[in-house]
Amino acid sequence: MGDLAVRRTGGRQARLGRRARPQEAAAVAPESLVTTSANPDGPTLVLACGALANEIIALRVQLGIGDDAMVLQCLPAELHNRPGQIAPRVDAFLSEHRHKYARVLIGYGDCGTGGALDKVLERHEADRLPQAHCYEFFAGTPLFNQISEAEIGSYFVTDFLVRHFDRLVWEGLGLDKRPDLLESYFGNYRDLVYLAQTDDTVLQEQAQAAAEKLGLAYRYHRVGYGDLQPFLASAQSQAVHV
Amino acid sequence: MADNDDIILRDLNDDDLVEQMKDDLYDGMADEVFEGTQILLERGWDANNILSEALVEGMRIVGVDFRDGILFVPEVLQCANAMKGGMGLLRPILAKSEHSSSLGKYVIGTVKGDIHDIGKNLVGMMLEGAGFEVIDLGINNPVENYLKAIDEHQPAILGMSALLTTTMPYMGVVIEELDKRGILKELPVMVGGAPLNQEFADAIGAHSYGRDAAISAELARALVGQNR
Repeated sequence: MGDLAVRRTGGRQARLGRRARPQEAAAVAPESLVTTSANPDGPTLVLACGALANEIIALRVQLGIGDDAMVLQCLPAELHNRPGQIAPRVDAFLSEHRHKYARVLIGYGDCGTGGALDKVLERHEADRLPQAHCYEFFAGTPLFNQISEAEIGSYFVTDFLVRHFDRLVWEGLGLDKRPDLLESYFGNYRDLVYLAQTDDTVLQEQAQAAAEKLGLAYRYHRVGYGDLQPFLASAQSQAVHV
Repeated sequence: MADNDDIILRDLNDDDLVEQMKDDLYDGMADEVFEGTQILLERGWDANNILSEALVEGMRIVGVDFRDGILFVPEVLQCANAMKGGMGLLRPILAKSEHSSSLGKYVIGTVKGDIHDIGKNLVGMMLEGAGFEVIDLGINNPVENYLKAIDEHQPAILGMSALLTTTMPYMGVVIEELDKRGILKELPVMVGGAPLNQEFADAIGAHSYGRDAAISAELARALVGQNR
């Protein structure tokens, strides 16, 4: 490239000026602020990943659970790409609001928190979905294992991820600005596996287009809501007894 | 130092050039890092010094800011690609010098069932920068692959990586097998990956847990020192 003058963006100093360093205090709520006291007459709180909001609302209608029995609160779906922030964010929310509810159900799996979420939930007496992540609880463990074992390089998407593929996956991974990073991210994957919650031909076409964009073969499984349904149904039975 | 200015790298003195290279590496500017490396070599710099003072130090800063949530994976990948440019120039020179294998061999691989290798590749690059000869086993490695590589390469350290909570327990399987065969007391094992923590590393009997790429390289150097 020779001796060309190149316009720089200023390295770290400029970056630090543009983006404030996160406050350490925000990372983990001090245990002294944590309360596990519950309101036995309160409703059930479902605190979930934003990627599950549509599905939980649909199931709530299907199961006939009223707003008075179940309150839904969601954390941003973008945490899917920042799993290290899930446990602190759940902790912060429950520290402030746990006392209002009789029971708390967490609409997350472990979701890459490496057990950190479970430690938080233990302190707040809250229950989460038992699987590792949403792909497993939508598909059910046997089918998820079967797909993963048949092709280890399976990249899973759900209705939500198909719908928001460009924002959460393509732009979320920076591929809109640096498509040359595609190989670094997806070079080891072979298939894009769409675990569909609904029978939606438009979403199926979008999923196929996403697979093509990532250079992956396309596979489709209509799995419905999987283990999310009995999980929410357990809130219903709990609410009846409260 | 450089903030929205047009800069000609050859016009900079050595100290400013090294600082500029760290900035350029931080900004993922691969061509500029390559050119800076080339200029320092032309000025008679030792390849080891370019590696440690400009590239590895630059990546160390990247590692710190990744850990602190200032940088994210896409940006770190760009930084890594920029470092690769400089490393491409330095590697052949380092290979001819004694330094390249002075810390010994480091066998690294992602465990069975896991195809994720971004973190592993970053660690591999930092280890190479730190002076290890890196033997990369790639992804989806059963215990047999690790045993074969240990037998073949006689490494100073074994490293295992996993991104999934479902695959990280396999690290314990490998460590258990190493222990059964009496290898574990001779060979330090490092583990790393996004869902891991020190508690898990301790529970499976790993010698060391690398929280990020830069720390992994520092820990690896310390481990070798302790074993010498």
